Amino acid sequence: MNSLIAGVILILCLSSYFFGRSEARKLVTKNIKLKALPAYYGYYLSLWCGLPALIIFGCWSLFEPTIIKILILNNFPLIESKDLFYEQTLSFFNGNFSGDITNEIKAASIQYANIENIAQNSKILIIAAALVGSLTFAYKKIKQNNKARDDVEIILKILLFTSSLVAILTTLGIIISLLFESLKFFSTINIFDFLFGTSWSPQRAFVRDASAITPEELLELQDAFGSVPLFAGTGFIALIAMCVAVPIGLFSGIYLAEYASTKVRKYSKPIIEILAGIPTVVYGFFAALTVGPFFRTLGESLGLTVSSESALAAGLIMGIMIIPYISSLSDDVINSVPQSLREGSYAIGATKSETIKKVVIPAALPGIIGSILLAVSRAIGETMIVVMAAGLAANLTINPLESTTTITTQIVMILVGDQEFDSPKTQAAFALGLTLFIATLFLNYIALRVVKKYREKYD
Amino acid sequence: MELNNSKIKIKAKNLNVYYGAKQALFDINLDINQKEVTALIGPSGCGKSTFIRCINRMNDVIDICKVEGSIQLDGSEINEKKVDVVTLREKVGMVFQKPNPFPKSIYDNIAYGPTIHGVAENKDQMDEIVETSLKKAALWDEVKDRLNEPGTSLSGGQQQRLCIARALSVSPEVILMDEPCSALDPIATAKIEELIDDLKKSYTIVIVTHSMAQAVRVSQKTGFFHLGKIIEVDSTEKIFKNPDNKMTQDYITGRFG
Repeated sequence: MNSLIAGVILILCLSSYFFGRSEARKLVTKNIKLKALPAYYGYYLSLWCGLPALIIFGCWSLFEPTIIKILILNNFPLIESKDLFYEQTLSFFNGNFSGDITNEIKAASIQYANIENIAQNSKILIIAAALVGSLTFAYKKIKQNNKARDDVEIILKILLFTSSLVAILTTLGIIISLLFESLKFFSTINIFDFLFGTSWSPQRAFVRDASAITPEELLELQDAFGSVPLFAGTGFIALIAMCVAVPIGLFSGIYLAEYASTKVRKYSKPIIEILAGIPTVVYGFFAALTVGPFFRTLGESLGLTVSSESALAAGLIMGIMIIPYISSLSDDVINSVPQSLREGSYAIGATKSETIKKVVIPAALPGIIGSILLAVSRAIGETMIVVMAAGLAANLTINPLESTTTITTQIVMILVGDQEFDSPKTQAAFALGLTLFIATLFLNYIALRVVKKYREKYD
Repeated sequence: MELNNSKIKIKAKNLNVYYGAKQALFDINLDINQKEVTALIGPSGCGKSTFIRCINRMNDVIDICKVEGSIQLDGSEINEKKVDVVTLREKVGMVFQKPNPFPKSIYDNIAYGPTIHGVAENKDQMDEIVETSLKKAALWDEVKDRLNEPGTSLSGGQQQRLCIARALSVSPEVILMDEPCSALDPIATAKIEELIDDLKKSYTIVIVTHSMAQAVRVSQKTGFFHLGKIIEVDSTEKIFKNPDNKMTQDYITGRFG
């Protein structure tokens, strides 16, 4: 039913575009000139036809279920678990209920059928009225040869504004939900224990019923959520990754931009960019099955103890994964440094590498740092490779040959499988997410300041 | 024809330049006198810039560019593979059409060349080079209190004089100027022209220009290029008062080009 209504509205929209355009053309006589291109009158009519009806349709569909639920539950004030009862009613109404059918459920489902019917009819009626009303209004406007162009511009501006508003509100919503869940977590676990504790073992908090934690248990839990090993592990693996990716990426970017012939560049750039398109899980098993064992064998032959899941393997593969981010972006920014700067440098007798080192790179620095930052946040956020290659043990270590773990990996570990959403273990995921978010935000801010201070503006 | 018995600084003989399959210069023969300003005029695309870029081998930067023939600087051939372009460019400086200061401080812009060539032994020497270069380019008084500000913060005319100072910093013998005033307003242009007049006492200058008036004002010798060929070279006075060639006559009077 709903798709039928939406379809009718859309078809009307489309046809009113052509109708509006042809009506506008009819207006033209010797003395009257249109105030805009005929197409604008088409858009005008079409927008007026579609928008009010779609808005009403959307809001109605959004709020209808809630309102019907409230109406029905009001009639059954004695029912205890109301949500369950309502669910049962709905499934009985839809004919797929298999439990005990009580008289209340029967009565409620009859009421539901009634209200649903009324709602459906009035929805169609109201939308039809809106369509007729707005179409008539817009048609009259067209007949008066209104300034359709300006009106269309205004409507489009509002549409674009709404889209950006949706994006901003979604971000805000995510942050707020992170914040509230984290606050719940911090009400059971002390925030300082979380931030500065050095032992991470959330499995100790696994209890059947979170509301039944005794004070003694709670005390014991306090030191189970120290996030320091996770942050250290995240930073450590990201550092190894950057040690691999920054030199290789930057140098290959410089080669592509400055030395490679057009032909080499044309083929090698897409090939490097393919690296970015490989699913991270593929990198993950490559790291776990090939690189990890390779390091272990290598270590053993040198007399070192190497865990088969090591920070080194994960960091190395992650570094390879983010090479294209750095090389491709720095290639682009180096290319956008004006040729006149290079010529100025050559003309004074500088060699190619001197020119690159002293003129091109400083001029391209903001972009290069930007690409490195993007790579860092990619490294910090990367999960799959770490899950597969670095292990899950929250060791606080700076030995790259031992296994370690990262924030994102632990969030995955906490949230896979069936979980109680009010246990401290689950809420810890939100706290970790929030801390990670704040840390990344802070990093970005610092980097922006650095770039602003040291950038050499060339235009 | 030689003027005032001047010594020839640069001698181009049968110079042909190709961009890929397209020939840009045809058998150019041109002598450039020492400590004089030589102006190259001609319609756009006639090869003036290509020619001066041969003198400091800037065309090497362009992959598809091929230069054949001979150019001699003080009697020694420069258009050969074995010639060290770094030393050549130290002797032959260049100023471009659009001011292109490096995105560095005014001081570092000037110090760039001397650092690369290892001219200055210490900070004091470098300070001195920066000061004399800026003074020669008549920019010192305007920037002496803000040497640490970026070169890009200067006005267009100041930027161009900064570029001239940058070229002077490595004590070249020849300065090539590729339409140095085309991006500047008349006042800045006048300043640069005054500067060129001053610089010719110690440097050999080759200037490409689209302004007839500028060629008359600054140069002693003028070469007229058309479609990659030199049509006429003579003293500036002769070219602009009584050219031998009908095409030159037409061009300088604005009948084509």
